[in-house]
This record gives sequence, structure tokens and C-alpha cells, in this order.
Amino acid sequence: MLENLDALLLARAQFAFTIAFHIVFPAFTIGLASYLFVLNALWLITKRQVYEQLFDFWKTIFAVAFAMGVVSGIVMSYQFGTNWSVFSDKAGPVIGPLMGYEVLTAFFLEAGFLGVMLFGLKRVGHGLHLFATGMVAIGTLLSATWILAANSWMHTPQGFEVNEVGQFVPLDWWAIIFTPSFPYRLVHMVLAAYLTTALVVGACGAWHLLRAHAPRRSATMFTMAMGMVAVVAPLQILAGDFHGLNTLEHQPAKVMAMEGHFESHPEGRAPLILFGLPDQENKRVDYEISIPGLSSLILRHGWNEPLDGLDTIPDELEPPVAVVFWSFRVMVAMGMAMLLLGLWSAIAWWRGRLTTDRRLLRAAVAMGPAGFLAVLAGWVTTEVGRQPYTVYGHLLTADSMSPVAAPAVATSLVAFVVVYFFVFGAGVFYIFRLMGRLPEEAEEEVLDKGPVRTAGITPGPAQGTQQGETHGH
Amino acid sequence: MGIDLAFVWAFLIAFAVLAYVVMDGFDLGIGILFPFFRDKRDRDTMMNSVAPVWDGNETWLVLGGGGLMAVFPLAYATVLTALYVPLIAMLLGLIFRGVAFEFRWRTTRWLSVWDWGFSVGSTVAAFSQGIALGALIEGIPVVDRAYAGGWWNWLTPFSIATGISLVIGYALLGATWLVLKTTGDLAARARDIARPATYLTLLGMGVFSLWTPLIGPHYLGRWLSFPAVIFSVLVPLLVLACVTAVLSGLNRQKDLQPFLASLGLFVLGFVGIGISFYPFIVPPSLTIHEAAAPRASLAFLLVGAAVLIPIILAYTAYAYWVFRGKIRPEEGYH
Repeated sequence: MLENLDALLLARAQFAFTIAFHIVFPAFTIGLASYLFVLNALWLITKRQVYEQLFDFWKTIFAVAFAMGVVSGIVMSYQFGTNWSVFSDKAGPVIGPLMGYEVLTAFFLEAGFLGVMLFGLKRVGHGLHLFATGMVAIGTLLSATWILAANSWMHTPQGFEVNEVGQFVPLDWWAIIFTPSFPYRLVHMVLAAYLTTALVVGACGAWHLLRAHAPRRSATMFTMAMGMVAVVAPLQILAGDFHGLNTLEHQPAKVMAMEGHFESHPEGRAPLILFGLPDQENKRVDYEISIPGLSSLILRHGWNEPLDGLDTIPDELEPPVAVVFWSFRVMVAMGMAMLLLGLWSAIAWWRGRLTTDRRLLRAAVAMGPAGFLAVLAGWVTTEVGRQPYTVYGHLLTADSMSPVAAPAVATSLVAFVVVYFFVFGAGVFYIFRLMGRLPEEAEEEVLDKGPVRTAGITPGPAQGTQQGETHGH
Repeated sequence: MGIDLAFVWAFLIAFAVLAYVVMDGFDLGIGILFPFFRDKRDRDTMMNSVAPVWDGNETWLVLGGGGLMAVFPLAYATVLTALYVPLIAMLLGLIFRGVAFEFRWRTTRWLSVWDWGFSVGSTVAAFSQGIALGALIEGIPVVDRAYAGGWWNWLTPFSIATGISLVIGYALLGATWLVLKTTGDLAARARDIARPATYLTLLGMGVFSLWTPLIGPHYLGRWLSFPAVIFSVLVPLLVLACVTAVLSGLNRQKDLQPFLASLGLFVLGFVGIGISFYPFIVPPSLTIHEAAAPRASLAFLLVGAAVLIPIILAYTAYAYWVFRGKIRPEEGYH
């Protein structure tokens, strides 16, 4: 029994580790593919060299990130069978075809046109090259759609029956794809990917603006990125709120864990716990700082609306409260910080100081990784919140595992950890180095407008020029 | 009713795996051959010859895996558990070689690290795939819808032999691909490697064909049953024809012929394995029908596959067409 438990924990750790590494890359490349398409299109429409240069700059970074996403993704497609064979046998008939459609509609599309996008411009010309870039971008979005449909079915399963050998048998594909949580999850994730990319692009632009490197390109990418953050961050918070209400309806235990509500509040006025230390064993939150009644208001839209707590859930069916509670707070904190950055940027832009406010630029650099942090925290919230089930309400995680021995899982886990840190550590280092190398721009100035100016030696005048340029855009 | 969807899907999965083997086979082969080419410029050219297409090639592996989960979930669940160790080794190998396509252009100090990763990763991936094939042929015990064997069952002299054979076979594909795509000294040396690789591949196929009936007498029965026997009689002749075509193409400087003929060897071997397996998908435990997903799953994905696979083949062909012809060493893609 103990041995089984160990293998289960190890298999979960392995899945969590490999998917956490994997998700970072698509979260970035989904947004970056769309950004590359926009840059490519702007370059063809306006003929402005700055867009061409930005396209080339981010294209190389995209290629590195995409390669890491591909190889870590192949691991995921085999992980179900190696470690979760019972889940695969039972749920395969439902989620397998969804993933099959992901491969057929998305992976091939991305892979088929990636070569043309990266290496084919001289061979196919501008029009087809833009088409290829667009296909790659569409591929990333289709991929997100299918995999989130599969994931959403695991959270809010419907449209199936269970056959005599315990397999989930599809009855209604429409219901299986469009589960109640799917639209919310899809919107929330795609916006998250766009925000993540915008924050990285913005941080890169801000970094170079602070050093007065290539001010035209840095200002352009910084302006585009902050515009995106200013628009998308509030939308994302709204989408997250809707997603949360949807979760309350379909997976109430997850929301109880997010809120740290061990007790029910039948007469309403459930407090919103801002901070505290959840103690699942003793069913209480220590050192709690809370606002009375606010949770009822947010979740039920009324001070006096009743709200159930984890006391309504059998102990063995509760998700791990502390993990869900904290990861949710990290995500929300990141979201709020993004909202503030967006507001700050909008105000600075209004005052004509967007690319010159050094405090804003420093803040944007600091916020570079915030999207990744929020994505990971959000996924931990939703996936750990689904525990102890793999297929919510129908198949327990403990009953989903392969009959693998703990040493086999432990060995492969160690191998994945070592290889991932080595390989993806190197890859992230290369991405940082690529982002740090924005070539000086003597050549671009001549072609666009105005006299040649060497930026970077005298920050003062360079900044002044940047401001002028930004307004010119 | 009418159409046997499980059979159609067995055919389609086999097609995906074959597409993977012939397409990723040559780019894995490039990695396997890296140790024979020490010069950086040669290695740049070799890498560039597959850089635009390797990702698409590898997607067939994802289709084989993901598709298997969708339409033969029980086969996916039992085979992947049984082959746990070689498959994890394959995945780790694919990670190293996949990232090398980008990483080796981003560094000078660590160039040798990623060259090494590309070469060793490709070889490990190929060797693991061969081992997986050998272990599958030897049989995977299944009891109560679960793998019922040990963690090292896959490790046998036979599976090691299939592993080595596949590495050699991929090296042949890689060498004939280089003959097709490169010029000058690089192409000449690829020709020099392709010849012994052809003989060794032939040897591997011969050993494999004689050893398989010793592993499982039922395979011999399959080969001698009608109509498979027609193929069994023809296949040695066709193999010899392909070998002759590879060698004559190499000698007469017909650069496309050796590549196509060595692909032919793989297709023949693959069809032979397919015939040996039928009607099993996991010999000797699960037939195609026993492992098949419910009809609703098979039908739903088949609609998409029928429409999308021809489109995929069309734009894959387009991508190959865009990057057709010899690679000029000075035409650095990066």
C-alpha cells in the first residue's frame, strides 16, 4: 500500500513537473506567434523597416522557444500512457480524439509552415511568407482550443456513459467539446498567453530603452506591448471572475479551497480571506486577515447570500487546501500588478512619457516574468483544485495510474529533472541573450527618417529623441 | 455498419508510424552520422538540410502516439507501460536532438555540447525505437486490461539486435538523404558511408527475418498463410531489387534513386511487420478489435482524419518542395 502511494506521488510529481515546464513555452509562443503575424503584416502594409527588424528579432527567439515547446510537448503525449495507463484506457475514447484533432489541425499546421516562416522568405516571397506566419499563429490557437477542450472535459465531464469495462464512452461530441467550463477556460488561457507575451516583449523593450539601445525598435515594441497590457489585463480579470463563478457552480470544492473556507456560512456574510495559513488537518485558517461578508458579495452577489464551506465535502474528497489557496493568491496578485502596470502605462502615454518614464520602464522590466508566474499559479490552482479526481467526480487520481513500480517512476523523474534543467536552462539562457542583443540601429534611422544619431553614449538627448519618435508613430 | 472502423484505424495508425519512420528516419540518421563528419561547415550543412522539415517529421510520432490513445486506448495503455524505459529514453533523446536544431546556432563555446546532444540524442532515440519494436514482436502480456510483465522484459538479445539494426537503417536513410541534398566532398563521403550501410541494413533485415520465427512460431504461420504468403515470397526479391537500386544509384551518381530505394527497404520491412502482427495490435495479447475504442470515438476522429490527412500531406509536400534541391553550403538558413 505504502509502495503504491509512493509511486502515485512520484507519478503526480512527474506529471506536474513535465507539464509545468511545458506550459511555459506555449504560453509564450501562442502570444508571440500572433505578435509575429501582426509585425509581419504591419511590415508589408507600412513598409517600415522597424517592423521588419522587430519581426526578425522576435522570430529567432520564437524558434528557440518553439523548439523547446515541441520537445517538451512530445513528452506529454507519451506521459499519459507511461504513467497513467488506466486513465488512458478509460478516458482515452473521450479525450483521445480531442487530442487527435489537436495533432491533425494544429501540430501539423504549425510544423508544416514553421520551416517556411523561419527559413523560406527568399524562396516563397512576401505574400506566402505572411501566409505561413499566419498559419503558425492559427496553429498555436487551434492547439490551445483542443487541449483546453480535453482539459475542460476532465474538469466538467459530460456527454458520455460508462461501459462494462469502465471506459468513458462518448455519446454526444458537441457536449463533450463544449463543456460548461470550456469557454471560460479557453478565453482565460488565451488572454493569459497574450499577456505573458506582452509582458516579455514589454520588459525587453523597457530594458533596451533604459540603456538607450536601438530606441526606435525598443520604443515600438514597448508601446505595442504596454498597449496590449493596458487593454488585456482588465479583460483578463473580468474573464477570470467569470471563470471563478463557473467553477463555483461546477466544482465548488475548488473554490472553497481557493477561498480557504473550511466552514459554511448558511446565513451569508462569508468573509473574504486575504491572507492566512490554511491548516487542513484542523480545518481552520491561522492568522487570518479577512474582510467580513465580501466573499458572499463576490461569489453570490449579496452580503446575506449563504455560502458552503469544505465542511460539506467528505475529507477524502477535499483538494489540498494550502496549495490551492496560495497559488490562487499568487495568480491574483500578478493579475492586479498587471492591471496597475497597464493603468500606469496608459496614463504615461496620455502624458507623452510612456517611453521616457524610467520608473515605469524599471517596473516593466520587473514585470517581465509575471505572466509566466501567473500562468503557472493559475494552472496549479485549477489542476490541484481538481484533486482527488482526474475526471472530476468520476475517476480518482489514485485509480488512474499505471501499474508501474515506484523505482521506475523515481528514476525517470530524476532523469526528467536533470535533463529539463540542463536543456531548458540553456535554452532560457539563449533566449535572454538573444533578447539582450538588439543591434544598434544606425542603418534603420537612415531609412526611416531623420538624421543618424548614436544612442547609448549620452542618455539624455537620446531619451529626448525617443520621446519624439514615439509620438511620431 | 458496413465499414470495419477498427481495421481502418489500424491501417491509419500504421500509416502514421510508417510516415514517421521514413521521414524522421533520415533526420535521425543525420544525427547518427554526425561522428563521421567532424568539420563544422559540413555539420552546418547537414543540419540545414533537415532544419526546415524535422519538426513536421516528428509530428507523425505525436500522431502515432496521440492517435493510438484515441482509437486503441488499451493498446496505448499497455504498450507504453510495458515499454516504459525505452520510451522514456527515446523522449529524452528526442529532447536533446530537437533543441540542438536551435541551440547550436546560438553559441560557440557550447557548440560541441549541442553537436554531441544532437548525435547521441538521435542515436538513443533510434536505438530505443528499435528496442521497442523488438520487444513488441516478442510479445507483451496483458491481464485484466493491464500490462502484466516486469520492468526489464523489453531487454533481450533480440530487442538489442532490432535496436542496432534500426540505428543502421536510419544511418542509411541519413546517408542517402545527404547524397540527395549535398554536393562535393560531403556528398562523396555520404556515398562512401551509404554503401556499407546498405549491406549492414540488408544483414539486419536478414537476421531479423530468420530470428523472428524463432521468437514466435506463430509468425512463421502468418507468413505462410494465404494471402500473406504471396508477399513472403516476393519480399526477398523486392528487398534485393531495392538494394541493387541503392547501390547502382550511388555508383551512377543518380542522387535521388538511393534515397527512394532505401525508403523502399523500410516500407517493405514495415509491411512485413504489419502482416506478421495482423490481427493483433499488441501481440500476442490484444487483437485490433479488442483494443479498439468505442465506435463513436473511431467514427468522430475518422471524419477529421479523412479530411485533414490529405491536406496535411499536401502542405507537407509543399514544404519539401519549397526547400527542394541541393543545399549550397553558403546558403546558411541561420
